[in-house]
Amino acid sequence: MADVEAPPAAVVDKELLPPPELDMRRAVRLGLSNAAAMVLVAATGIVGTFQGRLIIDPFLPLGLLFLYMVAWAFGWLAAKPPTTLEGFAPAVPGPRNLAAGALAGVIGGAGTALLLVLMTTFNLRGVFLELSPALADTLSFGLSVVAAVPLIVAVGTAVGLAGAGVHFLPPRWRRAVMPGLMWVLIFALFTDIVGQFFAGVGLDSITGFLFTRRGGPLTAMGAVIVFVAFSTLYWYRGGRETTLRQRFEVLPAERRTGWTIGLAMAVMVILWFVPRIMGPFVSQVLDNAGIFLLMALGLNIVLGYAGLLDLGYVAFFAVGAYTAAILTSPLSPAFSPELSLLAALPFVMIAAAVAGIIVATPVIRMRGDYLAIVTLGFGEIARILLNSAWLSPYFGGAQGITNIPNLQVGPLEFRSPQDYFIPIFLFVVIAAYITLAVQKSRWGRAWMAMREDESVAEAMGINIVTAKLSAFVVGAILASFGGALFGSQIGSVFPHSFDIVVSITVLVIIIVGGMGSVPGVTVGALALIALPNLLREFSEYQFLFYGVLLIAMMLVRPEGFIPSRRRAQELHTEELAQDDWLEIYGQTGTGEKVTEGSA
Amino acid sequence: MAMLEISGLSKSFGGLRAINDLDMHVNEGEIVSVIGPNGAGKTTFFNLVNGMDTPDEGSILFENQDLVGLRPNQILGLGLARTFQNVRLFPAMTVLENVMVGQHARTKSGLLSAIFNTPRHRREEAEIEAKGKEVLAFFGSRLVGYRFDQLSMMLSYANRRRLEIARAMATDPRILLLDEPTAGMNPRETIELTELIGRLRDERGYTIVLIEHDMQVVRNVSDRVVVLDHGVKLTEGSYEEVSTNQDVIEAYLGRPAEMGS
Amino acid sequence: MFLWFLRVVALVVILYGSFQSISSGRLTAAQWRDLIVFGVSTGSVYALIALGYTMVYGVLRFINFAHGEVFMTGAMSAFLVANGLATTGLWASNPVISLLIVLVASMATSTTVAVIVERVAYRPLRGTPRLIPLITSIGASFTLQYIVRGLVGPSTRAFPRVEQLRGTWDIFGLVVLKSQVVVILAALVMMAGLYVFVEKTRTGRSMRAVSEDPETAALMGINVDRTIVTVFAVGGAMAGVAGALWGLVFPSLNFFSGFLPGIKAFTAAVLGGIGNIVGAMLGGVSLGIFESVGPSLVLAGYEIPAFSQLKDVVAYLALVLVLIFRPSGILGERLATERT
Repeated sequence: MADVEAPPAAVVDKELLPPPELDMRRAVRLGLSNAAAMVLVAATGIVGTFQGRLIIDPFLPLGLLFLYMVAWAFGWLAAKPPTTLEGFAPAVPGPRNLAAGALAGVIGGAGTALLLVLMTTFNLRGVFLELSPALADTLSFGLSVVAAVPLIVAVGTAVGLAGAGVHFLPPRWRRAVMPGLMWVLIFALFTDIVGQFFAGVGLDSITGFLFTRRGGPLTAMGAVIVFVAFSTLYWYRGGRETTLRQRFEVLPAERRTGWTIGLAMAVMVILWFVPRIMGPFVSQVLDNAGIFLLMALGLNIVLGYAGLLDLGYVAFFAVGAYTAAILTSPLSPAFSPELSLLAALPFVMIAAAVAGIIVATPVIRMRGDYLAIVTLGFGEIARILLNSAWLSPYFGGAQGITNIPNLQVGPLEFRSPQDYFIPIFLFVVIAAYITLAVQKSRWGRAWMAMREDESVAEAMGINIVTAKLSAFVVGAILASFGGALFGSQIGSVFPHSFDIVVSITVLVIIIVGGMGSVPGVTVGALALIALPNLLREFSEYQFLFYGVLLIAMMLVRPEGFIPSRRRAQELHTEELAQDDWLEIYGQTGTGEKVTEGSA
Repeated sequence: MAMLEISGLSKSFGGLRAINDLDMHVNEGEIVSVIGPNGAGKTTFFNLVNGMDTPDEGSILFENQDLVGLRPNQILGLGLARTFQNVRLFPAMTVLENVMVGQHARTKSGLLSAIFNTPRHRREEAEIEAKGKEVLAFFGSRLVGYRFDQLSMMLSYANRRRLEIARAMATDPRILLLDEPTAGMNPRETIELTELIGRLRDERGYTIVLIEHDMQVVRNVSDRVVVLDHGVKLTEGSYEEVSTNQDVIEAYLGRPAEMGS
Repeated sequence: MFLWFLRVVALVVILYGSFQSISSGRLTAAQWRDLIVFGVSTGSVYALIALGYTMVYGVLRFINFAHGEVFMTGAMSAFLVANGLATTGLWASNPVISLLIVLVASMATSTTVAVIVERVAYRPLRGTPRLIPLITSIGASFTLQYIVRGLVGPSTRAFPRVEQLRGTWDIFGLVVLKSQVVVILAALVMMAGLYVFVEKTRTGRSMRAVSEDPETAALMGINVDRTIVTVFAVGGAMAGVAGALWGLVFPSLNFFSGFLPGIKAFTAAVLGGIGNIVGAMLGGVSLGIFESVGPSLVLAGYEIPAFSQLKDVVAYLALVLVLIFRPSGILGERLATERT
């Protein structure tokens, strides 16, 4: 009998087992985590800093909203029904789920109330700078402490319940309401940009209608309109049977290419106009995001394909920047050929390739975690040396190298951030293309095999040395392009721009966006670079969020937000474990376990 | 001249002598089974032959070339491929991709051809894919069609074992080392695989060395049997000779000579 | 082959530079001694931190990137408590009690942080491919740094002077700073205590068993989860001691101050043989001496300007070189050469 291709009727008709009960102890644990998180959000000053920004005028400031969104998230998490496993009935949310959400919320509220009491009773401000009277006022909703405590606990509980309540919404409602709320937030946070956008396309009147003023918070009416508009949009989208992506994949190859090219052209046209509309500040932010995206695509090959955790990746970025600077700037200390950036690019590539080989050679036979640390060491050594007085005759020391000329292509000179957006975007497209082309190639497979199981890959004929060297070199070259563009766009290079923080940021981008997924990494770069830079409040706490995001992503979804399909399947093994069960039951069709041969 | 000639092979781990002055040979076109109680050093032996571990002493001559000191990918290039006792596929890669990896050492196109999508690259990709499908077709309808794009970790156990063999076949080997290919299979699958091993030699011309515990398989498939115990070759010969050998029976601690279900 | 060549080159470079420095007589013998003693005291602190790395690695085979921040949180409590005590009269009148209070505060904080991080970030990921917990620990490291920054601000703090520890003592003709003696002695006492704990007590035995073979240890009735928590706690406690001693050696601290000592301590742990407790102690002291003496000894010989800037390069180079050339360390175990 051949292996079965679908579960036979015998299995489907079998009675399903009842699902496991929601674990209340877990809800308590989550409640405690909630309390800790809320207290920290308050005590590190996030509430205070965010409070300055109104979401909806006049009653919804971001600080308290954020604080209780944390509680809402924990409520949602606590009430989440366990994953439906094959052979079990799906878990239906019930009163127990609500209780779990409320429990997580009440503990969180209690924690916050406790913080309030402590900080008003004792003067902790000498040590914990943020526990000021202003914060106390915010937390207590302007009431006295005695009145505030029960209120805080009540709000916490209510919010926890609301979080739990999301699980009760039918899927289509959920898929409409949640994005709707998200868009309200987006409009409110990005009020400047939205205003600029509407102004740019001549729809200034809308801005006046939705917001109190241009660059100001949403009006209550505006919030409602945005919510309704987007929810409805998502509602209709949710009603369709297939997602856009699925419909795309079903198309025959030629039409797919047609659509892809058309889409690419449309994107290019939009991206020509967007920087013009958005002005220099936003363009600069987009430029930075683009450069990080370029580096992320490079690290995606080193880490996402070849599985090498290079924590010193910033060193290649620096090599690109400094090589370009030395070759193009008239103020380069030792050696100043004053080439154009285009003429310097081949040398940048060569320098990056050499650097890649130098870094890769000693680490070829090293294990993953040691490789990470050694590359980190190299990165830091590079930075210290670039900064040192000893090598300043070549690299300019702490003063760096300035007067890097603008990019010139024939008669075209790129001057402003808006101008630079185009070459940066072009390089990103090239990098994305390389990423995709390599995936379906001999070396792409070799890298992935090496990542999956290095010894076996070697036993299957892959030369590990060459594979690792080439991965490092390709990654280095892409990073060096980013560096060269970066130096040229800013006009100068300083050693402190090449800190380990850059390597970690690029790592966070590809983890959050999805290792191996080009659209994911793009969204990641925009979210992690553009967002904090555009929102002053977030930039204060940028690295804190990165750290929390890394931990959260590893715990929840190691493959990122927009997963590469393969990675998602790779890491969600508990669902796949069902397959073995299924196969065994399926072969006899009677539900009896088949005896296996002697081992 | 034997295809594979092993002389004086020794390997110790710490104080334990895993392989002790082992001599054996495999002639071209033979199917040789290596048997022995657990801990006899059989998998270590395979690891030494294919380069995943280095012997302390001795030589391993494959078609007159000493394999000792070569890296596993070089040994694969010479024509020696193996499978693993606990199936070691590339889990996040599809069935077809797993097999296509096998062709890595037999093909040449590099990164630049891939990036520029040269005709040579496209041609080679098509060839690799065709070869992969051809090798998978050897296993009947099991690993073809919609299976090509399934992630290998989603396959059933028996299919995973077959895929591993397919992957080894895709490397165009002259000799195949199969490490317990039927472990964990039910009787039906075992019989099927036994036939398959015969076909591998008859239709494809591979020389085959296999490690096995299932004596039915050993009896049905082997031209010759080599018995290892504590890293030493106890004896060798046909299945009948070996299964009635007193030392062999004792090495298996008094279990009946006919083992397996 | 290639590696051997590099080793020879490295050796020649070091010897030549040293020879030049010493023969040029830039520093007197007394100054060299000072550098060495300073190296021993900073090295003792590194050794204490290294213990945390080596024990966690021994048990879980994983580099706890956040351990530097475990140290930093302890040190921060130490600085805060010390400054608090300094405003009262206790600091000046009874330094012993004051320092003990500081020590307790620091150890309590570090231990708590270490245990929380284990529970929240690491335990759910046990058994996943090795890179995943490593990436998580990087996230934990960042999170801790910026939480502390948010809580107490980015400014650098100073450790209040301990009047009674000003000046020097003459020990067998060797003139050393009193504060350095305290640091070295305290570290020695703690490390000796840890050694006894690991070798002689039941918990210590469980730790060693889990480190060798967690499955069998579980079969022998050892509660593996609890043992792992103990390992993190003890490592955290040692880092806490280091945090308390930090103020006596380096009088300044901010939220980022855990990063470099963390890397250096990890280097020390690998230097001494990762997973090996005595090795971590030796590695720490050795690294401290290298770092302190190295620039003046080797780099000055090459007439490199501002060589003290490159002090950290010495530490990083030591890290890179050890991992490349001798990952099993001086007293090493075979852990480092394991295949994934």
